[in-house]
Amino acid sequence: MRTFRIGGLHPHDNKEFSAHKAITDVALPTQAVVPLAQHIGAPTKPVVAKGDKVLVGQVIAEAGGFMSANVHAPVSGTVAKVDSIVDSYGLPMPAIIIDVEGDEWLPEIDRTDNIISTIKAEPKEIIGKIQAAGIVGLGGACFPTHVKLSPPPGNKAECLIINAVECEPFLTCDHQLMLEHGEEIIIGIDIICKALGIDKAYIGIEGNKPDAIAKFEELVKKAVNHVEVVPLKLRYPQGGEKQLIDAVIRRQVPSGALPIATGAVVQNVATVYAVYQAVQKNRPLVDRVMTVTGPSVSNPGNYRVRFGTSLNDVIAAAGGVPEDTGKIICGGPMMGRAMANTNMPAHKRTSGILLLPESMSTRREPENCMRCGKCVDVCPMGLEPYLLSKMGDMRMWDEMEQHNVMDCIECGCCLYTCPSNRPLLDYIRMGKATVGGILRARAAAAKAAAEAAKAEEKK
Amino acid sequence: MNTIVISLITLGVLGCLLAVILYLVAQKFKVYEDPRIDLVEAVLPGANCGGCGFPGCRGMAEACVKASSLDSLLCPVGGAATMGQIGEILGMAAAAGDPMVAVVRCNGTCGNRPKTTTYDGARSCQIIHNLYGGETGCMYGCLGCGDCVSVCKFDAIHMNPETGLPEVDEEKCVACGACAKTCPKKVIEIRKKGLKDKRVFVSCINKDKGGVAKKACAAACIGCGKCQKACKFEAITVANNVAYIDYEKCKACGMCVAECPTGAIHATEPVMAVVEKINAKKAAEAAAAKAAAETTQA
Ligand code: SF4
Ligand code: SF4
Ligand code: SF4
Ligand code: SF4
Repeated sequence: MRTFRIGGLHPHDNKEFSAHKAITDVALPTQAVVPLAQHIGAPTKPVVAKGDKVLVGQVIAEAGGFMSANVHAPVSGTVAKVDSIVDSYGLPMPAIIIDVEGDEWLPEIDRTDNIISTIKAEPKEIIGKIQAAGIVGLGGACFPTHVKLSPPPGNKAECLIINAVECEPFLTCDHQLMLEHGEEIIIGIDIICKALGIDKAYIGIEGNKPDAIAKFEELVKKAVNHVEVVPLKLRYPQGGEKQLIDAVIRRQVPSGALPIATGAVVQNVATVYAVYQAVQKNRPLVDRVMTVTGPSVSNPGNYRVRFGTSLNDVIAAAGGVPEDTGKIICGGPMMGRAMANTNMPAHKRTSGILLLPESMSTRREPENCMRCGKCVDVCPMGLEPYLLSKMGDMRMWDEMEQHNVMDCIECGCCLYTCPSNRPLLDYIRMGKATVGGILRARAAAAKAAAEAAKAEEKK
Repeated sequence: MNTIVISLITLGVLGCLLAVILYLVAQKFKVYEDPRIDLVEAVLPGANCGGCGFPGCRGMAEACVKASSLDSLLCPVGGAATMGQIGEILGMAAAAGDPMVAVVRCNGTCGNRPKTTTYDGARSCQIIHNLYGGETGCMYGCLGCGDCVSVCKFDAIHMNPETGLPEVDEEKCVACGACAKTCPKKVIEIRKKGLKDKRVFVSCINKDKGGVAKKACAAACIGCGKCQKACKFEAITVANNVAYIDYEKCKACGMCVAECPTGAIHATEPVMAVVEKINAKKAAEAAAAKAAAETTQA
């Protein structure tokens, strides 16, 4: 079995708690709180006001530009207010609050389970539908999907890679989605191939999901395009876009370039399923499947949650917060973030809720770096985390930039492996944020200078 | 013997020739540098703290020599004395800048501001700031990891382990502003030291609505505006649910301090003496009013 070539490690996958648990619906809330910023890019503008009646699937906030995604009403009812709420990190966040009344959907949405396999839409129309449905990458990055499916000029897509790796420990929602909705996912792959004008796709699945591999090996025979299942050796962070491209087609994304430079477009399985629903059934993104799990959770499983439902309700559906909980993490244990507030609505980014007991979640006291080089070994981007983190501590931003801090994918391998428990990624992340700011300022200054020069010339 | 003489002569001639060339080149490419820059640099403290806004003391010296007036230039470390000396060297009048000092505008001590979460990552305010709102319910206040302490070149600011907040040593602080620049929450402000150390400032920057702010921190400014009404000099403005005292207008009378229901307004000791008097007077008035009410009732 193949895997990526640089770094990586294999943490215990802990998937047994929620694996193979059928997807169940979490009850609708009485009040839905829909955040306006659920993706990377420009924030959305609300198009409803207090007192408006909305149906499920109706646009309530419009995209604020190409790099943005519409937000739809996940419930039907009356808009109570557009307000600022406190997000899971204790920071303010704008949201539309809807009082739920019944569950009425827009009439054009097909809610039946019928599988529609003929793809009528033309490429342009497909991308338009994806954009209108507000679909973003559901793997965690939340990058608007229509942007990814429109390669920038000078780049050409050659193949599609479906990310069905789910390398984060504990999370099982993608796995379960594959088992329950395989047919739809295959049609989704064909739809994306058509939109991109290509006929070759790969599905990368890690070897710890043999049933999904077997199922898809059967299913790909039905696909219109040439789809190949690529079983991958267990290795974290295989789900990283750059790592997956390397593992599947053996090409490396150059530093600073977009993955499309290798000719590959990567999409997560859950995104592909959402694309199927948007294009074939007119169903916008109003819910998602998420894993609620943890060693002491009484009812761990995979839950389909309407956006806007409070995570408290989702946790309650899984049996509530266990006594011994030390941290509640949004996402997986490697890349997820501990939440300071769980009265936060579920949204496009919430891929899972992990309730870790205190014994598993407290960090140990950091000690001095002993230059063992383990962090360098595991870094999948070939960086030197021990050095970068020291530079971050000493605020040496220029040096961090020279040492490619911007390449860090924040996978956490270095921090996980460090025998001295050094908070490596904490410093690197700070460096990334600061250097990113410096780079943006520099780009803006260069642009302003170029424009000034142009204006001068005209005179 | 012959060899020695020949080498001596060649080397001697070569040396003279090169010296002449060096001299000519040096004359041709000479960069004129104002000798006053060195003089000015000599009177500067040499701390290279950047408090003046220039990269190091040399940068400040160059700026002083180039400037047509010293009004907008100030070395916070050396203060008026140093600026006076520079003025003498350059033959200009130095502006008499008011002495300034750093103040910490947060009173969210461990007692006032209960923790809602525990942070166990790297000890840096900047990292916490990038990550989330902080360990308490107040997302505006001090994060308590001491980034300000580590940047102070004058050993003038220290964490108080009891309160979990930084404290400025007025004797040592030169108002270079390094701490204020570093603080990711912008909790530290450089304010006028005030006559006889009399200073009054709102020790809170929480922009949340009163109820929310109060819940997060007992000493929060709730934006009620009582201080604004009490101030006779129009020094106080309330915006975004938080009051701010303009140090240019404030006369340190202490009226607002006595008015504030949460104790968010901080005053230095000389002012506190006045405030106590105001409070005592108020208590006496209240008692008199109560007694009067009782007598009328009777
Ligand atoms: S978090 Fe960044 S530096 Fe650390 S291993 Fe991952 S990519 Fe490398
Ligand atoms: S004042 Fe600012 S820099 Fe200093 S400890 Fe508080 S948050 Fe950190
Ligand atoms: S306390 Fe702040 S302003 Fe005062 S000397 Fe130190 S860094 Fe400069
Ligand atoms: S009286 Fe106190 S709480 Fe009210 S606005 Fe003034 S400082 Fe804030």
